[in-house]
Amino acid sequence: MSGFVVDSTVSSGNSSVAIPTDISGQILDLDEDDDLEVFSKDTTVTDGSSFNASMQTSPASMINQYKFEEDAEDTKDIFVTVDNPESHVTAIETYITYRVVTKTTRSEFDSSEFEVRRRYQDFLWLKGRLEEAHPTLIVHPLPEKFVVKGMVERFNEDFIETRRRALHRFLNKIAEHPIFSSSEDFKIFLTAASGELTSYKKQGPGFLSRMGETVKAVAAAVRGVRNRPQEFTEMQEYVEAFSQKISSLDKVTQRIVREQKEYLEELKECGPTYALWSQSEEELAEPLKDVAGCVDRCCKETEEQVKNLNDNLIPVLHEYALCTETLKAVLRRRDNIQADFEAKTEALATKKADRDTESKVLSLAWDSLVGRSPEEVKQQKQQTLKGEIKEMRDDLDKAEDRLEWANNALKSDWTRWQKDMRTDLRSAFVDTAERNVNYYEKCLAVWESFLHSQRTDAEGNGNVDFS
Amino acid sequence: VERTSLLKMMEISVAEAEKRTGKNAVNMQETYTVYLIETRPVDAASEGTNPVPDSLWRRYSEFELLRNYLLVTYPFSVVPPLPEKRAEFVWHKLSADNMDPDFVERRRVGLENFLLRVASHPDLSSDKIFYSFLTEENGWKETVFETGFQAKADSRLKALNATFRVKNPDKRFAEMKHYGDELQSVISQLLRVRARAADRLYGVYKVHGNYGRVFSEWSAIEKEMGDGLQSAGHHMDAYAASVDDILEEEEHYADQLKEYLFYADALRAVCRKHELTQYELEMAAQDLTSKKQQREELATGTIRTFSLKGMTSKLFGQETPEQREAKLKMLETQIEEGEELVKERNAECEEFVKSAWVDIERFKEQKDHDLREALISYAIMQISMCKKGIQVWNNAKECFSKM
Repeated sequence: MSGFVVDSTVSSGNSSVAIPTDISGQILDLDEDDDLEVFSKDTTVTDGSSFNASMQTSPASMINQYKFEEDAEDTKDIFVTVDNPESHVTAIETYITYRVVTKTTRSEFDSSEFEVRRRYQDFLWLKGRLEEAHPTLIVHPLPEKFVVKGMVERFNEDFIETRRRALHRFLNKIAEHPIFSSSEDFKIFLTAASGELTSYKKQGPGFLSRMGETVKAVAAAVRGVRNRPQEFTEMQEYVEAFSQKISSLDKVTQRIVREQKEYLEELKECGPTYALWSQSEEELAEPLKDVAGCVDRCCKETEEQVKNLNDNLIPVLHEYALCTETLKAVLRRRDNIQADFEAKTEALATKKADRDTESKVLSLAWDSLVGRSPEEVKQQKQQTLKGEIKEMRDDLDKAEDRLEWANNALKSDWTRWQKDMRTDLRSAFVDTAERNVNYYEKCLAVWESFLHSQRTDAEGNGNVDFS
Repeated sequence: VERTSLLKMMEISVAEAEKRTGKNAVNMQETYTVYLIETRPVDAASEGTNPVPDSLWRRYSEFELLRNYLLVTYPFSVVPPLPEKRAEFVWHKLSADNMDPDFVERRRVGLENFLLRVASHPDLSSDKIFYSFLTEENGWKETVFETGFQAKADSRLKALNATFRVKNPDKRFAEMKHYGDELQSVISQLLRVRARAADRLYGVYKVHGNYGRVFSEWSAIEKEMGDGLQSAGHHMDAYAASVDDILEEEEHYADQLKEYLFYADALRAVCRKHELTQYELEMAAQDLTSKKQQREELATGTIRTFSLKGMTSKLFGQETPEQREAKLKMLETQIEEGEELVKERNAECEEFVKSAWVDIERFKEQKDHDLREALISYAIMQISMCKKGIQVWNNAKECFSKM
């Protein structure tokens, strides 16, 4: 199992874990006896902004049931790789596809190995789907569409390789996520043939309903949230600060790479100059040639080191810089959900107040004019109000559930994200430090061998004193 | 360092540098630097006493005067060069200002080196003017001028002329001159490239200082990661700071290269002097030959070479036998003088070639030895730099793993 354990003893007697459909498969694998009878597999695709009515227990109990195993690696049961970029030319466009290979022992997959080809658009689609289904969970960022700065061509080899690595990391983060990894969309992404994927993509909420959701979201954003819990405010402050720091680190590292490259340019001229000099000399020819060789070797090591920084540290820093945008969006969406709840609460209160005042008003005059008995009219009005209030109350309940769900999901995913961030950044920096040590060790060896050769020469000639 | 009789007698050092202000030749205020030359008898150390050394102050222009004197007086010697007059091959952090304390310090070291080089030269070390430069503060300038060395200096034009017109210079000197050209060119290039690389390396190290700052700020918002980040940041600061020492040491290496850059010039000067003496010999020989030819023509009456005299006599009539006799007598005298001159110049030339070649060989050995030492010390510097890097990044790695 990928780092996810269900503790079925927590909520009193209620061992069912009602969770949106896309991780239902996961639960079935765990404790088939307990869950199978209570749980009903609802196969409708969740629309992120409205809450699925099959929620059976309070979201609060669910949180206790997400426990993350420390050594998830040992229990990893799905392996995804992204490689082998290929370019495709059609009449309309040229694009790159990547090979996605999946190896898994999970039973919800029809086979244990899959190989498909996907293009960047497909990854974008998957990300969008996951975000829609889980507005307050944190989806790892995708590499950017294209780099305008530096005018990198879309089909440049380095660009493609950098993107491939980022896509690989993206899918692996999804696979490691306790909720995302059991997403149906994820499964389809990994397994469906290109044609199938295209038609699958066409299902799902239509344009109009998505428009509707966008309008709702904008309205909620305009309304603003009134009573944001302290912990989310703290999260927001942290994200602001973290975003600055990580983007500074990204910039600093890029600057280091630039300076190293310029240093390399100059250093590359040193070796040949020593070699040129050796041609005019007799006694000195040998040591000068040796020095030239040493400088050239150090050049190669420096080149290697620059490449390492570029390939290892910078992408990680960059991804976490992108992450902060995701985090901000997630916090915003949570705020919107709360704003929506607050608005509905207010509306209900207003309606109830209306009902109370309504029962006191005697608009007899008008009603008698239109020939209805005051009692009838009053009854009618009361009935209508009662109906409206019930509807609003149901709506409000759903909104409350949705809010609680969103808050808890965010809280636990936040913990997971922080842990991941710490691990990723720590290992990236440790790795960088280690590579730097290696770099210096190699250069050290180069110069020590030069000294050694000079020593043996000198001792042979019986002149130079090294004391 | 050869133990000449001078060095067996005294220890020489340029101990200090000081700023002075005074009126210059055109009565304007100027600031200049003076250097303290200290001399101490060698026996002092063995006697156990530590007497105060004799000392006097000299400025750079006096060193220049001394060197010019040596160049003229010992043209067959490869005269040690002075440290550069103005800072060249600088990289951005290094100042090009002559008053900059780092420049002054490096110049002090260079001047001491110059004095030691002269003092260990088999010929130059026994020069009286040099000795009084080290020991007599007042009146030294006058003494130098009294030698009249300036009059003996060859004009630039004369030397250039000789270089172009000499027919049979000693092959070895021609090769040496060519070597001097190459050495100058390649060392200049090396110094330029090195300075640019130093500039860039400085940038690389200093940017890492930013890591220190950002890690420190970042650690403030983290709980568990805070300590690791904070301490890693300190190591990044240390890394950034370490480049200053590294580049200072490299500057010393650059100075060693510069000395031989300027030595190349001194070498070429000796070769040019050879060309000059050879040319003057050739001129004298040529003159003698033409005089002998004239004598022959006059004696036999045949005109083999064109001469204005011959033409005019053809046009205006022959000369009288008495006139011819007088001319012959004059030519004989001139030929005698000419033969003396050729003998003289020949001896000069041979003498010069012998002495100069000895010094050139001595110089070659010195150069090979010194430059090899310089390359070795460069390697040692690189090793030290690598060791520092290994230490810093290992420390940083440990801190990062505690993140």
